[in-house]
Amino acid sequence: MRHCNLHCVTTTKKKPPAPWVEKYRPKTIDDIVDQGEVVQVLRECLSGGDLPHLLFYGPPGTGKTSAILAAARQLFGDITRDRVLELNASDERGIQVVRDKVKAFAQLTVSSTRPDGRPCPPYKLVILDEADSMTNAAQAALRRTMERETRTTRFCLICNYVSRIIPPITSRCSKFRFKPLARDNVIKRLREICEAEGVDVGNGEILHQAVDTCEGDLRRALTALQCCQRLLGKITAEGLIEVTGLVPEKLVNEYLSVKNYSELERFIENFLKEAYSAFQLLDQLAMIVVNAGQLTNKQKCTLAVPLLWLTIIHNDQNISVEVSDNEVGAH
Amino acid sequence: MSLWVDKHRPRDLMKLDFHKDQAIRLKNLVQQSDFPHLLVYGPSGAGKKTRIMCLLRELYGSGVERLRQETMNFTTPSNKKIEIMTVSSNYHIEVNPTDVGIHDRVVIMDLVKNIAQTHQIDSSGQREFKVVILNEVDDLTKDAQHALRRTMEKYVATCRLILIANSISRVIPAIKSRCLTIRVPAPTESEIASVLHIVCKKEGLSLPSDLAIRIAKCADRNLRRALLMCEACKVQQYPFTADQKVSEPDWQLFIRDTASMILSEQSPKKLGDVRQKLYELIIHGVPPDMIFAGLLKELVLNCDMSMKSKIASYAAKYEHRMRLGNKPIFHLEAFVAKFMAIYKKSLEECIGDMF
Repeated sequence: MRHCNLHCVTTTKKKPPAPWVEKYRPKTIDDIVDQGEVVQVLRECLSGGDLPHLLFYGPPGTGKTSAILAAARQLFGDITRDRVLELNASDERGIQVVRDKVKAFAQLTVSSTRPDGRPCPPYKLVILDEADSMTNAAQAALRRTMERETRTTRFCLICNYVSRIIPPITSRCSKFRFKPLARDNVIKRLREICEAEGVDVGNGEILHQAVDTCEGDLRRALTALQCCQRLLGKITAEGLIEVTGLVPEKLVNEYLSVKNYSELERFIENFLKEAYSAFQLLDQLAMIVVNAGQLTNKQKCTLAVPLLWLTIIHNDQNISVEVSDNEVGAH
Repeated sequence: MSLWVDKHRPRDLMKLDFHKDQAIRLKNLVQQSDFPHLLVYGPSGAGKKTRIMCLLRELYGSGVERLRQETMNFTTPSNKKIEIMTVSSNYHIEVNPTDVGIHDRVVIMDLVKNIAQTHQIDSSGQREFKVVILNEVDDLTKDAQHALRRTMEKYVATCRLILIANSISRVIPAIKSRCLTIRVPAPTESEIASVLHIVCKKEGLSLPSDLAIRIAKCADRNLRRALLMCEACKVQQYPFTADQKVSEPDWQLFIRDTASMILSEQSPKKLGDVRQKLYELIIHGVPPDMIFAGLLKELVLNCDMSMKSKIASYAAKYEHRMRLGNKPIFHLEAFVAKFMAIYKKSLEECIGDMF
């Protein structure tokens, strides 16, 4: 508990007001929203158990990085800096770095007592954030290092897609999937933060909308709320749509009611000049198709296929939007 | 003497000609002590840069207008030396990382970290952070965008990023969720016309309102283009007359010309001629995706609905392939050939039906 307090002091000392996302990053693993099993395992090893190699995967904004950072802080307290090596996509992580930097760090031995004599876990922690952007060669170079240095080092890999991690690595780690957060918990958390910041959210209707637009991504919801608060001074439904870059429903409906090609051309011209995102439009169309009650499952399938295809090639906005319209027009 | 576009560029947030609500919001944003990362997006000529420069001026005072150009050198992991031009003042630095192609990740990593790790010397100055402006963020490689993610969080105390993009379709969600996104829609035709009037008044010229509207129509909702066209008109003929010729950008004419060539005859020989034309467009620096969009727009004019959708989907397909590869001419030509095939087949069917 003491270390936690220490940390709070340092953050308030720093002058620039941090974004809410950083300010309210969980300080202890018990603050983590949802994710029961992971928290269970981490708690176990905090109370003296051994820490396996970890592999966290799941959609963005579900608390992967927060979980391991909080755990590291609780494990090591004020010597975190010496015991944890955090590498992410902004650092050079080619095979050379894995061979030199990671290996050198892993080979250091550490004692099981702190400088002041209190006990601490006898290992170091290497956190590889955004590990799915590491090359296969770099991952392969990790394999043997992971095994040989287990006595002194634990690895924690964090990624969005577990399929991008090579099997030899996954088989060496205990895998944890971070589920998208449950709606009620997200809202509860958002409400707590808004209260702490003194932001008026009314009856909470607006929070529901924030969660809707952000698909279980707590970070995104929080950033959206803060941006809205900063830009407009209050949180409104329109403001949320604007800061998250969503296409307003009115335009989507206009798009769906387009009848012929020249109308379509005009619409797209205008749509792009208003600087909305074509990708976002496709995304929202997909949601509409999935939720459309009047369509049979088969119809939904036939509509979903071209939408999927278009999402993959969404690079070319202008043209792809035109194509998708024909498909939608078909129903 | 500078061009009208630069000479009459608004320098103060309050003097902007359109999107005034947004300007007020931006001003409020600056007055709070805190300032988030920004992602400014909108079509070209909508005034993204103007707004950002106004914002910087609001942040740091007129010091930001003393610009200097520098060349910076970087070394890639594979020991290749690359250099990139930067424009900077004491408070901000602006780069266009896409200039170095696939090595943009190195530029982002080194540059942003460099800037972020050096603190402002004069800490008594108003702000304790510097600003890094990155242009054309939507054209960055995925690697480079990923490299931005954690950097943005880590160095938030000493450096703020302003990202500029034409569309946020191609910006990864991780970056979107870390920025305050600001949409800058293109000005409407009437807004452009009124700006033209203001500028002409400042220059002491009289502009007939018919001409202003026609220029605005031609400019495709791009204010920069409208001002340049207006200035060109003045060079051609002054005093202005209402029915004066407004010259369109010649690459547009050229694309239209190419399209009519394709429609006139569908044969391998013609394809060769078209190839020459396409080469010429590419050599003159017209972006291939604009050639695609331009050609598609002209070619589908006299097709029926089912053919239109077919052609549009082929255009999308070849355009996508072009982005994956790096020789646009193949894909442009493939599209033209495909179009010729479809068009010819439908013509033959038409003739067949007649008998």
